[in-house]
Amino acid sequence: MQKSLHIDPDKCTGCLQCELACSHVNEGVFNPAKSRIKVFNFHDQGRMVPYTCTQCDEAWCMQACPVDAITLDAETGAKVVSDALCVGCKVCTIACPFGTVNYNASTGKVIKCDLCGGDPECAKACPTAAITYVDANWTGLDRMRQWAAKTDAGAQAEA
Amino acid sequence: MQHVIVGAGPAGVVAAETLRKGDRAADIVLIGDEPEPPYSRMAIPYVLEGMIEQSGTYLRKAQGHYEDLGIQYRQGRAEALAAADGTLTLEGGEAVSYDRLLIATGATPLSPPVPGLDLPGVHNCWTLADCREIAALLGDDANVVLIGAGFIGCIIMEALAKRCGTLSVVEMEDRMVSRMMDATAGGMLERWCAAKDIRVLTSARVTAIEAAKGAGGDKAVVLDSGERLDAHLVVLAVGVAPNIGFLEGSGIRTDHGVLVNEHLESSAAGVFAAGDVAQGLDFSTGEYSVHAIQPTATEHGRIAALNMLGRRAHYKGSLNMNVLATVGLVSSSFGSWEGVAGGDSGVAVDEDAFKYLRLEFEGDHLVGALGLGLTDHVGVIRGLIQNRTALAEWKEKLLENPHRVMEAYVAHSQT
Repeated sequence: MQKSLHIDPDKCTGCLQCELACSHVNEGVFNPAKSRIKVFNFHDQGRMVPYTCTQCDEAWCMQACPVDAITLDAETGAKVVSDALCVGCKVCTIACPFGTVNYNASTGKVIKCDLCGGDPECAKACPTAAITYVDANWTGLDRMRQWAAKTDAGAQAEA
Repeated sequence: MQHVIVGAGPAGVVAAETLRKGDRAADIVLIGDEPEPPYSRMAIPYVLEGMIEQSGTYLRKAQGHYEDLGIQYRQGRAEALAAADGTLTLEGGEAVSYDRLLIATGATPLSPPVPGLDLPGVHNCWTLADCREIAALLGDDANVVLIGAGFIGCIIMEALAKRCGTLSVVEMEDRMVSRMMDATAGGMLERWCAAKDIRVLTSARVTAIEAAKGAGGDKAVVLDSGERLDAHLVVLAVGVAPNIGFLEGSGIRTDHGVLVNEHLESSAAGVFAAGDVAQGLDFSTGEYSVHAIQPTATEHGRIAALNMLGRRAHYKGSLNMNVLATVGLVSSSFGSWEGVAGGDSGVAVDEDAFKYLRLEFEGDHLVGALGLGLTDHVGVIRGLIQNRTALAEWKEKLLENPHRVMEAYVAHSQT
């Protein structure tokens, strides 16, 4: 059974442990700006919403990459950027309608969530279980997929 | 079924792969006109910069990728098309028969109308062969003149600047990248380049390139102001035009490119077009435009192939969007970034930090955007535009502070 990140904003306290864990493990620095998961703070509503790549089936980033630098990890379902192949052209950053691929100017490469190879640090670091890594069927993934379908970015084939 | 694809760029390659996925038995012929494996022109600047080898530009990295898929990749250049009898003629006279044809011949660089383009050391930067010629002439003592500060000119500027003595850029428009920059963004970009010791001359026309041996090079680029720029190397980047010359006399309807319907089919049944050569539906305007961009090329390739397989796949239109870095300053544009009649704009500009974001609305929908110095979450702009998201109370917030665009998106998708 493939697993995916399940995010429950109601449980998020905005402690940002996920951002720190992500940037530390993936970029070697405690710098939320380099995190692949981002907590949005809606002050006026008192809500915190962690947000990252849903590893969507459409994989706009992967489809748009001109040099085959983004591939599917068959085990986790993650779309993974190869630093060795990425040239930093940034086309994936505008192609992803979810805004979850960012350009890292200090490395000249793009960064996105790769589920840490199947053991996501953000989920481990979250003290309130707002972020969990669970069987895909149990997540709110359907809701995300609906949004993905609605987004209708570019070409939806009606085969 | 015999599928023939003429043109081995991203549109052609994605189409070939989609055809194979949908039909294990079909004959698939992919014809390219350069003696290289299918590669990405977009990656050429990074070869020039020395960041990757030429093989780093290849569209697919696995050895034997095309053979393994049973895609016959071969060399050839289209010369004529007889759509009525399903025959494509290649240069040299060979006739290739097809049941379904995809025209994915891309574009060719335009030449400025000036004498001296045939002098040694005057090159386009379009093919890997061009890239090798340019790389051979670069060096610490080389004076380089780049003609054209459009998309390609700006993307190769960094590689040229890093590997030459002096770099001058001549642009005939009144600002850099006029097709994706307003006056504010263009001005900031020019200032950014000046700070990097790149001399950018806008509203300047080249009248000739002349042989002129001297300390500064072996030729001179002559401007309409009378100024002469000595150069060892002149790089041309004044734009490109779709490769439709071989369709003359074929009866296939063309305008700027090959006119295609929502199935990516041309006016001739069984003949499709995709990518930089195709003039298809524009998501923003509802009109037919050539969008010479990578995402459109791959979308076109996939949808055209589905239709070639006999599935009636509809294309809902291409959103024009661009991203480029000019000596490190990232800019991006989406859709109707110049705004629409009766629309509203939200603008945030920080000249000192080289940050700029302009959002364009129609009603409470986002329809276009232009950004400078932004690298995080920019893709949501595409999502919001193509989803035609009703922004409701978030429109006011965005007019006040356009940088909250990702928040607006999360607020709409996570409730």
